[in-house]
Amino acid sequence: MRITVAALLLGLGLAGAAHAEGEARLDSANTNIKNMASLQRGAKYFVNYCLGCHSAKYVRYNRLAEDLQITEQQLVDNLMFTGEHASDTMANAMRPEDATRWFGVAPPDLSLIARSRGTDYLYTYLRGFYVDPSRPTGANNVVLRGTAMPAVLWELQGPQRAVFHADPEHPGQEVLERLEQIRPGELSAAQFDETVRDIVNFLDYIGEPIKRDREALGIRVIGFLLVFLLIAYLLKKEIWKDVH
Amino acid sequence: MASTEADVFDRLGRGLSALGAWIDKRFPMTKLMKEHATEYYAAKNFNVWYGFGVIATVVLVIQLVTGIFLTMNYKPSAEGAFASVEYIMRDVYWGWLIRYLHSTGASAFFIVVYLHMFRGLLYGSYKKPRELVWIIGMFIYFCLMAEAFFGYLLPWGNMSYWGAQVIVSLFGAIPVVGNGLAEWIRGDFYISDITLNRFFALHVAAVPLALIALVVVHIMALHEVGSNNPDGIEIKEYKDASGKPIDGVAFHPYHTSKDLVIVIVFLIAFSAAVFFAPDMGGYFLEHANFEPADPLKTPVHIAPVWYFTPFYAMLRAVPDKLLGIAFMASAVLLPLFLPWLDRCRVKSIRYRSWIYKIALAVFAVSFIALGYLGMQPPTQPIYVLCRIFTILYFAFFITMPFYSRVEKTKPVPTRVTS
Repeated sequence: MRITVAALLLGLGLAGAAHAEGEARLDSANTNIKNMASLQRGAKYFVNYCLGCHSAKYVRYNRLAEDLQITEQQLVDNLMFTGEHASDTMANAMRPEDATRWFGVAPPDLSLIARSRGTDYLYTYLRGFYVDPSRPTGANNVVLRGTAMPAVLWELQGPQRAVFHADPEHPGQEVLERLEQIRPGELSAAQFDETVRDIVNFLDYIGEPIKRDREALGIRVIGFLLVFLLIAYLLKKEIWKDVH
Repeated sequence: MASTEADVFDRLGRGLSALGAWIDKRFPMTKLMKEHATEYYAAKNFNVWYGFGVIATVVLVIQLVTGIFLTMNYKPSAEGAFASVEYIMRDVYWGWLIRYLHSTGASAFFIVVYLHMFRGLLYGSYKKPRELVWIIGMFIYFCLMAEAFFGYLLPWGNMSYWGAQVIVSLFGAIPVVGNGLAEWIRGDFYISDITLNRFFALHVAAVPLALIALVVVHIMALHEVGSNNPDGIEIKEYKDASGKPIDGVAFHPYHTSKDLVIVIVFLIAFSAAVFFAPDMGGYFLEHANFEPADPLKTPVHIAPVWYFTPFYAMLRAVPDKLLGIAFMASAVLLPLFLPWLDRCRVKSIRYRSWIYKIALAVFAVSFIALGYLGMQPPTQPIYVLCRIFTILYFAFFITMPFYSRVEKTKPVPTRVTS
C-alpha cells in the first residue's frame, strides 16, 4: 500500500503535528453511510480494535442496534463484552488518569471524531502508520506526526516503513516520499483499505446518527414546500389580477 | 335542511361581530388591523429585494421557537453543556431537527439581514423621512451580533471557547479600563462556567427581549412613514378621491399573498441547508467545535463564524491591536450615519449617477472579500488584501458626503414604474 504524502517535514514532533496536518495530502475515504453491511462490519471492528482504549460516550448501544438493523441478541453477542446494559453508552473501562500515564495523552472520545476531523483524515490516518523505533510505541504516523496511538491494526496491515528523501528547499530536512510494506499482513492491501473504510464509515455514522435519515426527510419536506409554493403562487396571481 | 344551516351561519356571524364590537370597545383590534394590514398601503412595484424584511421576521420566529425547545434540554454549565447538545442531537425526539433549525437559522438570519440592509443602500431607504427606521434597524443588527456572539459560546465546543476568549480579550485592549472590563464581562479571569451561565442568561432572556422590542418599534416607525419602493418616490403624494395612494396596494391581502410566495421560496432554500448541509462544510458549524472546550488546547486556526469575518479581517489589517479594534468598531457603527452622509436627494439607485453605482459595487465587493479574507489563515498577502479592502470599505462612507452632493442624477418619475 502506498500513500502519497507531499512536503512532510521531519523532526517537528508533536508540537508541529498541527502544522503537518495541513500539509499531508489526504486520501479520499469514499465511505457510504447507507451501506448497512459496511456499517455493521465497522461496528464489529470498532468494538474489537478501538473501544479498548477509546470511548464513544454519546453513542447508545440500543440506538446503534436499531440503526444498524441488528437484533438485541446479536448486539449482546457481538458488540457488548463487559456486561453493559443495552441502553448504556459506549464507555470504556480505562480511567483517563491511567491513560495519560500510559500514553502521555488520554485517547479522545470518538463519538464526534468524524465531524471534527473529517472522514478522509481518519482514513488516511488509520492507514498511515509506519515503524519508527524512536517512538515509545514503535510506530509513527504520516498524518499525525508523533502520534501517541500505537499501530493497533498492524497485524492486519503488515508493518510499513517510511522512505524519505532530502528536501531540496530546506537543506538538512527530509521529506517523506512514500510508505513501503516490510512484510505482508493478514489482509491484502485492498482488503485492509476496505476494513479501514468500514471503520471510518462507522465513525461517520456515530458522529451524526441521524445523517442517513435526514436527507430522506428533507426530500419530503421540500416536496411539500414545492406543492405549497404552487398553491401560494396561484393564490397570489388571483389576488393581484386586478392590480395594474 | 338548507334553511336551518343558513340560519346557523347567520347566527354565528352575528355572534362573531358582536364579539368583535365588544373587543373593539376595549382594545383597538379592528383599528390596528386596518392601520397595519388592510389599510396600510405599500407600493405595488416591490421587487424581490423587498422580501427580506418579512423573511427576517420568519427567521426570528424560527429562532425563538426552536430556542425555547432547545432551552428545555440544554444544560448551561461547563460540565454539562457539550454533552447536553449531543443529548439533544441523539436522544431527544426531533432534537437534531430543532438544533439544526436553530444553528442554520443563525446563519440564515445574517444572510437575510445583510441582504435587507443592502436593499436599503440600493433604494435609499435610510433617507428622509426614514432615518429612524434605518437607525432602529441598525440597533436590531447590533442586538443580533450580540445574540450570535453569546449563543456561540453555549455549545461549549473548543471554537466556542476560544472564539469567546479572543473576542472578550479585545475589550482588554482598551486603555485603563480594559482589563477590568474584560473581567467584568467574563465574571472570571478566563472564560469559565460563570461566563457560560451569564452568556446563557443574556442569550435566552435579555437580548431576545431587546430584539423583539426593537423589531416592533422598527415596524411601527416604518408604518408611520410608509415603505419605500424601488423607484424611491413617495406614493403618499398621489392619492385618489378616497385618500388611498394610487400606486399603493393594501398590505393585506396583496403584499401578504406575495410575501407568502417569497417565504416559501426562502423555506425551500433553508430546508436544503438544514437537511442536506447543516454544517455547510464548516461554515455554519465549525469542525473544531465538535471537540469539547479545552482551555489547554488552542485550535490551530481561530476565526469567528462567517458573519463576523468582514470585521475580523479589519482587525487583522491593522498592525496595532487597539487601533484595529477602533477600526472594527467604527466599521460597525458607520452605517448608522448614512442618512446624513448621503447628501443626494434622489433615493433609488435607478436614478442616481454612475459614481454611486460604482461606489456601492466596490463597497459590496469589499465587504464580501473581507468576509472571505477573515476566514483565511493569516499570511502576508492576506494582510495586504485585508488592508486594501478595509480602506475601500471606509472610503465608501468617507467620500460619500462629497460625491453625493455633486452627483448628476437622472430625472425621477412622479409615479412608480412597473
